[in-house]
Amino acid sequence: MTATRIFGTLAHRAAILAFITFALFPLFWLLKVSVTPNDLLYSEGVRLWPSATTLDHFRFVLANSEFPRFFANSLIVSGTTALVSTVLAALMGYALSRFRFRGKMWLAGLLLVTQMFPLVMLVAPIFKILSPLGLTNSLTGLILVYTAFNVPFASFLMQGFFDGIPPDLEQAAMIDGADRFTAFRQIILPLALPGVAATLGFVFTAAWSEMIFALMLISGSEKATFPVGLLTFVSKFSVDYGQMMAAGVLALIPACLFFLLIQRYLVQGMTAGAVKG
Amino acid sequence: MATMEIRSVSKNYGTIRVLDDINLQIGDGEFIVLVGPSGCGKSTLLRMIAGLEEITGGEIRIDDRVMNTLPPKGRDIAMVFQSYALYPHMSVADNMSYSLRLRKTDKPTITQKVRAASVKLGLDALLERKPKALSGGQRQRVAMGRAIVRQPKAFLFDEPLSNLDARLREQMRAEIRKLHRELGATSIYVTHDQVEAMTLADRIVAMHGGHIQQVGTPLDLYDRPANLFVAGFIGSPGMNFLAGDVAGGVLRLSDGRQVALPETMPAAMGGATLGIRPEHVLPAPAGQGALDATVDLVEPTGHGIILHLTLAGAVFKVLTHDRRWLSPGPAIAVSFPPEALHLFNAEGLRV
Repeated sequence: MTATRIFGTLAHRAAILAFITFALFPLFWLLKVSVTPNDLLYSEGVRLWPSATTLDHFRFVLANSEFPRFFANSLIVSGTTALVSTVLAALMGYALSRFRFRGKMWLAGLLLVTQMFPLVMLVAPIFKILSPLGLTNSLTGLILVYTAFNVPFASFLMQGFFDGIPPDLEQAAMIDGADRFTAFRQIILPLALPGVAATLGFVFTAAWSEMIFALMLISGSEKATFPVGLLTFVSKFSVDYGQMMAAGVLALIPACLFFLLIQRYLVQGMTAGAVKG
Repeated sequence: MATMEIRSVSKNYGTIRVLDDINLQIGDGEFIVLVGPSGCGKSTLLRMIAGLEEITGGEIRIDDRVMNTLPPKGRDIAMVFQSYALYPHMSVADNMSYSLRLRKTDKPTITQKVRAASVKLGLDALLERKPKALSGGQRQRVAMGRAIVRQPKAFLFDEPLSNLDARLREQMRAEIRKLHRELGATSIYVTHDQVEAMTLADRIVAMHGGHIQQVGTPLDLYDRPANLFVAGFIGSPGMNFLAGDVAGGVLRLSDGRQVALPETMPAAMGGATLGIRPEHVLPAPAGQGALDATVDLVEPTGHGIILHLTLAGAVFKVLTHDRRWLSPGPAIAVSFPPEALHLFNAEGLRV
């Protein structure tokens, strides 16, 4: 190996390391503040790690705040949204990938158009629509809105995965005696699992961190999701950073678990060996 | 097993007609090969029989039942794809038993049928493997196995050997032929390879431009091609063509030279094309044959020699097994045995 190649490799690794540090530093800071005792928070100046650590913030958040309820609400909303969106997106993506039908171009165009508006613009109309239906201040309403906003992008995502699966496979299944839906369920869907996992992950995290609609459609802490709940740590006169960060760390857990669960499906290459030699 | 009937079938994609007025009767147990260059519509026709493409016009019948609107699962046919289309997440055994499982066949029967088929194809040691752990030839066999476990009414093959190397292709070709003799099932086989067509078929259907050009036994097509397309497509190297005018019992070439026609052919008909296969041309030293031609290239193939000549401004090939012609010199003469000549009229049809 020549010196230039070693240098190239080192530079490459260093660049990756720099990027990872940059990307993960806020998370580190979150963790650091969450374990810093209140009296050290302002007295120690800027340090990478406090001289003493405590889990008090976590204890307080779990025992004395409404955080567990926010957490449960978020879990319900994000989980349901991810599930419903992915099912719809899988069906939609399959149709976009395989079928020729009238107005397909228009439909795809329309789906794209929905992605062009800043959400803030739509808050008022959505509120106007949901309010008479009794869907404001309700988790169902939130799920409905999140699903509506996530399905278009998720559909394109799924379509891409289906496009990568040769149509020969379901045609072979249909000749073997399956109808189209059976072929979809037994042959295509198992091969699209990486796509399903990616879509689930994408929609789940999007719903988990969504703030604008949660803030506007939900009043009071009964139905609040976690991003809105975080605001309860901001009071009129002070911000309880330690507790807020502790809540933040806890909120990261489901997202991490979720990706841990689906990561093995995110690995591509399931269709290898299907066609040709 | 089944008979099949294709009645004035046509297919449009939008305004483009890719198949026009296709008529074909297929007997019980017959091995039919659809052959033609790419884009001739042969695969489309096969997929219409399978139910994977809609039929624009006409009727397809299997055992006298109209299939037009029936989904593929209702037709009881098996198909081997060019890409093999094995289910990558299933083992070889599961791939082969999928159709039986869909039919809710009981377990012992499935095991027995898969075993029988896998022994027949030499796959019995691979049953637990996934397709990606198989070689191209093995995958091809699994695709065949998946078709035969079902004992369907008919087999459809869509260029099944195109992805194999030459030696394996030759071997599988013989196996397919043997398998057909054993099972006796009606088969339709699509290929662009005229050697496959000649060796496999009971009857060949030569297609071009969305039309059937000729239907017949391999030797029919070789000996009596119905038109210029079939004449040029069947045979390797392809038939030589000499264009000219027929008058007074001779064909006058563009350079003024003449070829005498046998008495069985019309003595006068205007513009025509004379065809002769390279293997029927008799080479001779220059000046000692019917026509002289310049030699461009000598291709020894081992079992023969292909001489590339220029005759009347066109490429003309001679296939000989006489090694004297390995170094023929700059020019040679060619003669044509009268019984080996084919004459086509100005429309390209056999006279």
